[in-house]
Amino acid sequence: MKNLLLFAIVMLFGSALFAQDKMKALFNLPEVDVQSINGEPFNTRDIQNDGKPIIITFWATWCKPCMKEHDAINDLYEEWVEETGVKLYAISIDNARSSKRVLPTVNGKGWEFEVLLDPNGDFKRAMNVNVPPHTFIVNGKGEVVWQHVGYLDGDEEEYIEIVEKIK
Amino acid sequence: MKTQSIIKFSFLLLLLPLVSFSQDFLSSGKVTGNVQMDAQIYTEDDKLGISDSSLNYKKFGMNGFANIIYTNGDFSAGMRFEGFLNPMSGFDPRFEGVGVPYWFAKYKMGTLEMTAGHFYEQFGSGLILRTYEEWTLGFDNNLYGFNARFSPYKGISLKGLVGVQRFFWEPFEDNNRGIVRGLDGNFYLNEIFDGMAESKTKIELGGSFVSKYEKVPSPTFTTDSGYYTVNDFGDTTNWIRRNTYQYNYPHNVGSWAARANISHGGVNFYVEYAEKGNDPNATNNYIYKKGQAIYSTLSYSTKGLGLFLSTKWIDNMSYKSKINESGNPPMLDINYLPAISKEHPYSLATVYPYATKANGEFGLQGQIVYTIPKKSKLGGKYGTSITASYSIAKSIQKDPLAPGMPIDSSGTDGYKTNFFSIGDLTYYKDLNFLIEKKFSTKVKAKVAYYHQTYNKHVIEDDIFDDKNMVNADIGVLDLTYKFDRRNSLRMELQGLWTKEDRGDWAALLLEYTVSPKWFFSVQDEFNYGNPDDNMQIHYYNVSFGYTQKSNRISLRYGRQREGLLCVGGVCRYVPASTGLTLTITSSF
Repeated sequence: MKNLLLFAIVMLFGSALFAQDKMKALFNLPEVDVQSINGEPFNTRDIQNDGKPIIITFWATWCKPCMKEHDAINDLYEEWVEETGVKLYAISIDNARSSKRVLPTVNGKGWEFEVLLDPNGDFKRAMNVNVPPHTFIVNGKGEVVWQHVGYLDGDEEEYIEIVEKIK
Repeated sequence: MKTQSIIKFSFLLLLLPLVSFSQDFLSSGKVTGNVQMDAQIYTEDDKLGISDSSLNYKKFGMNGFANIIYTNGDFSAGMRFEGFLNPMSGFDPRFEGVGVPYWFAKYKMGTLEMTAGHFYEQFGSGLILRTYEEWTLGFDNNLYGFNARFSPYKGISLKGLVGVQRFFWEPFEDNNRGIVRGLDGNFYLNEIFDGMAESKTKIELGGSFVSKYEKVPSPTFTTDSGYYTVNDFGDTTNWIRRNTYQYNYPHNVGSWAARANISHGGVNFYVEYAEKGNDPNATNNYIYKKGQAIYSTLSYSTKGLGLFLSTKWIDNMSYKSKINESGNPPMLDINYLPAISKEHPYSLATVYPYATKANGEFGLQGQIVYTIPKKSKLGGKYGTSITASYSIAKSIQKDPLAPGMPIDSSGTDGYKTNFFSIGDLTYYKDLNFLIEKKFSTKVKAKVAYYHQTYNKHVIEDDIFDDKNMVNADIGVLDLTYKFDRRNSLRMELQGLWTKEDRGDWAALLLEYTVSPKWFFSVQDEFNYGNPDDNMQIHYYNVSFGYTQKSNRISLRYGRQREGLLCVGGVCRYVPASTGLTLTITSSF
């Protein structure tokens, strides 16, 4: 019995390592109703990029590292799109208190990427996000292949490396 | 073959495809989830007055949860396991325990989505209904019952729900809380009418209705007045006139709301109006007045410039699913009244936070975000962004029902007020600026200034006067130096200056990060201006963290400052504590 358990654990770890190396699909992007940045209905099945990779970030206007992450990405975004064809969707989890502040903030900051609103947290829950920032990379088939919590200066370089691998 | 075996056989035949189907069903499904655990070990601290007995001998606190979601095509089911053993310092002791306060099963067929179990839902901006969960606050008002979402036609979405709300670990039983019912419709005109599809003006309308049923008592109260009469012989008879009244509490309390969202080019306008029927309850001192609220936002933005203006007016809008529930932590709230102030990311700017006063409040808020373009004289090589915002919250005008009659007298309409009237008492004011500039690929700087007025009596003690106002100025300098692709050092220098309350503060934070895995930080908040010499304390913290993809482990040792912790305009009081905190979060 003990051996069996050990075997199971080894197998589990083995498969986890294997999965990491091969960029295995973790799960499919769930279909959830959210809102466009103007507040119009939008379903996450329409998060599309013609078979090219997608980066999804969860953020909020009150989250300091999130703002930093997006400022850093915005500086590189044009380059990223040219080189890899990647598209970024920034999902704001601001609630009713600040969700209407998202549109003027994004425009005022001059961010170039797509932004969606998830004021009820439906998409956040479906994606198992604890706290922002939380970043996902999705392959051309709509499968999440990589995720990362938090943001440290320079993490954006890691994102584009993963995108390069799966493009 | 005997009949019995025939039955057995055909039963097996029937079962086989079922088994293979269910195997298929299980193997093609996906399990995902996330886990968080916060554990604290408390130590005695003479300076903060923390001893074993003040901790109730609870030297260890742990809050944790695990979410597990199973998804298979259009079906999903999930649960959240929670444990508070013991609840960490500052969390209500009634949270103590372990269990599954949230589970659901959801099925989607065509445009109908049904959820059974627990769910989170929001109508419009939440003025009459919003259920949500905020882990760091220990706030969870989930509904337990049924929720349906249905789209009969493109551009139309309808929602309906029936449920009971979470109250710590207490299961719903006969009469221990109310039942909440709600309907909501959202109509996106540009999608409904083909003629509007190409229009640049986008219009969305919505309406909702919510009602609460609760079997309520009808308590009586009496008034005594003394009299005496004198008869013809001069004898005095004393007697008392006793009047007995009975409260007639409503069993059903209804509310409705209507909203519109209009956008055209760079302009976006949102307005929502809500009304609540008479709802005497513990939060409004059992008055029978109806509730009213309006919330609206207007924004204009174009690339590099964003303007935002928002206003709200609320009167008697606390809406709970139990008549005698009030106090802290807020539980059984059916609706959500957004606070009209900005949430600040720097610690000393959150020493004086604001939370909505549900019984009456006027609020106004404005913000401007402007980015000076790259490569311009002022903007520099990388551009400079400037944010300025202002917010104010005041009382509303409340007049007595009759001369000399006290406001908020139980059993009456409480007071008179005019829609959108503004009172004299200031609850909160906040003016602030933030300038962000990137000097080179290595150096980034942020400078922020805040001027805040905080009515401590109103916000913390529910005493409606201006006898305890705090005026504070806060300055922040935030510098980041990037050594190379992976290594960065960040410094935050903050100061808070005030003549009132606990006096001046200074804070320093140093944070060294190695992307994408490590962070180390040391921080000290020093209350050097506290009028009480013994309370001029250093609130120091040392922490480090390790991130591996979606796993994150962090360890912190130090002192927690006493105060209000607010997320989304809902606040929790956090007592001072000293100790070691371990946090583990993971998603899979």
